[in-house]
Amino acid sequence: MKKLMTGNEAFAYGAYLYGVRVAAAYPGTPSSEILANYANYPNVFAEWAPNEKVSLDVAIGAAYAGKRAMCAMKHVGMNVAADSLFYAVYTGLKAGLVIVCADDPNMHSSQNEQDNRNYAKFAKCPMIEPADSEEARQFMGIALDMSEQFDTPVIVRSVTRLSHSSTPVEYTDEEPPAPPEEPPAYERDPLKFVMVPANARRRHPVVEERLQQLAEYAETTPINYIEPGSSKLGIVSAGVNYHFAKEVFPDATFLKLGMVYPLPKKLIREFANQVEKIVVVEELDPFLEEHLKLMGLEVQGKDIFPILGEFSPSLIRSCAVKAGLIEAPPAPPELKSDLDRPIRPPMLCPGCGHRALFYVLREAGVLVTGDIGCYTLAFAPPLSAMHTTGCMGASIGVAHGIDRAGVKDDVVAVLGDSTFLHSGVHPVIDVLYNQGSTTTIISDNNATAMTGFQEHPGTGKTIQGQPAKIVDPEKLVRGIGYEKVDICDPYDIDKMEEILQDHTRSDEPSVIIARHPCVLHTREKHPPPEVDPETCINCGICLDIGCSPLVQEEDHVRIDTLLCNGCGLCVKVCPQEAIIEK
Amino acid sequence: MKNIDFLMAGVGGQGTILASNILAEVGLQLGYDVKKAEVHGMAQRGGQVDSHIRWGEKVNSPLVEENNADYLIGFEMLEAARFPHFLKENSLALVNDYRINPPLVNLGKATYPSKKEIEALLLERAEKVLWIKGTGIAKDLGNPAMIGVVLLGALSNLVGGDKEAWLDVVGKMVPQKFAELNKKAFNAGREAAG
Repeated sequence: MKKLMTGNEAFAYGAYLYGVRVAAAYPGTPSSEILANYANYPNVFAEWAPNEKVSLDVAIGAAYAGKRAMCAMKHVGMNVAADSLFYAVYTGLKAGLVIVCADDPNMHSSQNEQDNRNYAKFAKCPMIEPADSEEARQFMGIALDMSEQFDTPVIVRSVTRLSHSSTPVEYTDEEPPAPPEEPPAYERDPLKFVMVPANARRRHPVVEERLQQLAEYAETTPINYIEPGSSKLGIVSAGVNYHFAKEVFPDATFLKLGMVYPLPKKLIREFANQVEKIVVVEELDPFLEEHLKLMGLEVQGKDIFPILGEFSPSLIRSCAVKAGLIEAPPAPPELKSDLDRPIRPPMLCPGCGHRALFYVLREAGVLVTGDIGCYTLAFAPPLSAMHTTGCMGASIGVAHGIDRAGVKDDVVAVLGDSTFLHSGVHPVIDVLYNQGSTTTIISDNNATAMTGFQEHPGTGKTIQGQPAKIVDPEKLVRGIGYEKVDICDPYDIDKMEEILQDHTRSDEPSVIIARHPCVLHTREKHPPPEVDPETCINCGICLDIGCSPLVQEEDHVRIDTLLCNGCGLCVKVCPQEAIIEK
Repeated sequence: MKNIDFLMAGVGGQGTILASNILAEVGLQLGYDVKKAEVHGMAQRGGQVDSHIRWGEKVNSPLVEENNADYLIGFEMLEAARFPHFLKENSLALVNDYRINPPLVNLGKATYPSKKEIEALLLERAEKVLWIKGTGIAKDLGNPAMIGVVLLGALSNLVGGDKEAWLDVVGKMVPQKFAELNKKAFNAGREAAG
């Protein structure tokens, strides 16, 4: 039967269907739902790891031990996990290992739009790329078989428009065959699995030879194929862009590549011989285009389509018309109105504890090095209280570096609880070890909120909702050796200000845990306060906390009671006491 | 079987994702090939969200092309006003008569366009703009979160297809304890568009 599934649901279903028994991940948009869905299937082991590198090591260990394994991450997660990817390519495995990696063209929810196909070439690891959810399901099986046949990890590439699009999938309620019951015996083979230089030197030629064999495999695998059409135009495409291109060039001959690394040279030449002109339709880097050009083929690609952002049928069509590849389709008249439509950027939710913290930081005028999470939204006006953000865990090292450069401003690093456990522990060690004085603020809302409230080692629950040991950030930093540690609910503004001043004036390295659970997660709500229009002087101070229910009217501020969470922050900041708690 | 392209637009948290899931499933039940695209994540935090839903004999792209949408379903007035360029001529716009100010408007630094201006803009492409008091109807029934189902009820009147098929999908896909209430919301939306 056919069932609509997102790409991420289909990856999870395919993993289950084709015998993945151990899977690990750290959440990251657009990949988060892969592991979350996989964890719901019977007879599987799934876990949220503190970060992507740990999750990949766990999956590698399971595959060493003879169980099919999966790891899932967003594109930048691969930067964290890359060290492990590279050794696993050298060692190979005992059972299939699939790494599902989701790129985010247009940076819907990311800090960059790196093209992770480059990792396949860089790490010498095969990569396949499904075009829709049904292929996502099937390709999991193909990837696992390929992994075992060639003794290598296989990367399955996704993009936002695959992971978050829903298309029909062949689905059955029947359970796949149960795995054997006996525990796997670990076969000890240090020459293969211990990558000291002498062994690694023996493994590198294996990797090179394997790539040759995979290139041969790419020639015959059914996921690479020529779709016959007009000989005037040949389109090379892979992934979701294949479907976009089919809308725009319905009559062209297509080379549809399910495997994007290594590429099938003979098949490409066969295709080239059938068409008068070759155009590569690919988002981001000219990855396929460069390969075809190295083969000496005359190819168009990035001279027609942008290197930036995400493709769509609209974009491909307008570029193709400009390049003279197709005629412009009949279109309705251009829109005449130039109505001003104010933008609607994402904002911190009403009742969010981060808002109270960043209000205090802004009022104190400190320099804030930030990190990745909902709280990054505090950089935007009117809060305007974050001054750097690079990647997960960067805040603390950057703050320490700014200190070391001799800057006199008070600097604080701010990161969330999940981000702290992801990659904030090593930098707080660095500050302590190197006698820095950086103040690190963990804005602890007890959830991986940005990506959908996934559990993490600090929440006390596993992915299955089972109780787990709580890794308490306070005990952790005290255990490392921090002596100046304070905990405060940022809604207690006076206390928060006092602690901040004490910490920034101190020469000691220190940690503040600003603790307020995510209200979207706990669903905590209170009655909305009311504005007394007689007392309100419309000064706008409450509006500067950037809370969406606060609306400026002609002569006073109003609270939209449908949106308000009743947290009372506006009550605290109003200098006229014109906002009254109910 | 002719292709039908839908575009839904709203504000994060209004329930566009559940509504788009229902609309996609209805298409599948009515025998269409169906694809759907949207973005989850950061945009949820009160930002603008949109969903593309396509029904057809055979659908390739999950994204609707500009100049090609048959229906625009606006969960919020300003959000509907962002997408006239997606509409084909003689299309229909179904808009919730409800306003959520974006931050710049709250701060007094931008102006929210008038309903009249929004209607005029949409009518440059759409044959008709149908205003539905979706939030009001859902609130009166006891839960403003059902606004998506109210709009789907109204849409079902325009798109056609067996009403029971629509209701069946609605009943299965909303939280079970609210199934009956949601069916009422669907019927109320259907009447509002009738």
